Amino acid sequence: MADCAETIRELEAFLDSELAPEVRAGIQAHLGGCNDCLQAFDFHAELRTVISEKCRNDEMPAGLMSRIELCFNEDFDGDGDIG
Amino acid sequence: MADRTEFAEQAMQFAPQLYSSALRMTRNKSDAEDLVQETYLRAYRGYGNFTEGTNLRAWLFRILTNTYINRYRAKQRRPQETELGEVEDLYLYKRISGVDVASRSAEDTLFDLFTDDEVKQALEDLPESFRLPVLLADVEGFSYKEIADMLEIPIGTVMSRLHRGRKAMHKALVEFASERGLLSG
Repeated sequence: MADCAETIRELEAFLDSELAPEVRAGIQAHLGGCNDCLQAFDFHAELRTVISEKCRNDEMPAGLMSRIELCFNEDFDGDGDIG
Repeated sequence: MADRTEFAEQAMQFAPQLYSSALRMTRNKSDAEDLVQETYLRAYRGYGNFTEGTNLRAWLFRILTNTYINRYRAKQRRPQETELGEVEDLYLYKRISGVDVASRSAEDTLFDLFTDDEVKQALEDLPESFRLPVLLADVEGFSYKEIADMLEIPIGTVMSRLHRGRKAMHKALVEFASERGLLSG
């Protein structure tokens, strides 16, 4: 099982789902018995969700979809090639 | 994929995500629109290079990222690695989760602590070499390997830029919360 220092060091890779299975298992075992580390992990997992949701909620400008579709349908730039 | 039409239909569903990411990259609505449109044009022309059964979304983001780098980053080719100051580990967590959060009640969630604009600003203010990995990982959920491929940098570099970029972003969020009087002391 990992200790607190090892666990916090792996926090990012853990939340990124990039840890090798045996390392991940060691971290999970530690989190099962350490409330301080578990709170830190939960906080950062929630923060990640908040950042993601707030950074991808922009409204598409009116007309962008149809501008994109233009690219699909005609010789957009007049070079004789489709698109 | 059967034909260009089918490809186009499948690709369109990712337009809102691509537009949001383009905004975070260019920090400008008109450039973001142009970037997204050019991404679809390139994708449509190059769809023969797309391997069916692989991740269409990752492929489109790769084109978006490449187009952005080639078109909008031409002026500053060298990433500035040393622009970020040092921030202690878990800085945001220690400031926010402590008892010194003045106006945070039990019902308040992290979601309500920062406005949308603050979070966007914190990300967009990162130097570009950090902004792109953080955007691709934390907003769009791509793996280290996918980001390394998109940015053409080693995985270890992705990891170190994510680590430093996230810390700088967290520090900016603490400053926003502090400016609004949400943190005492």
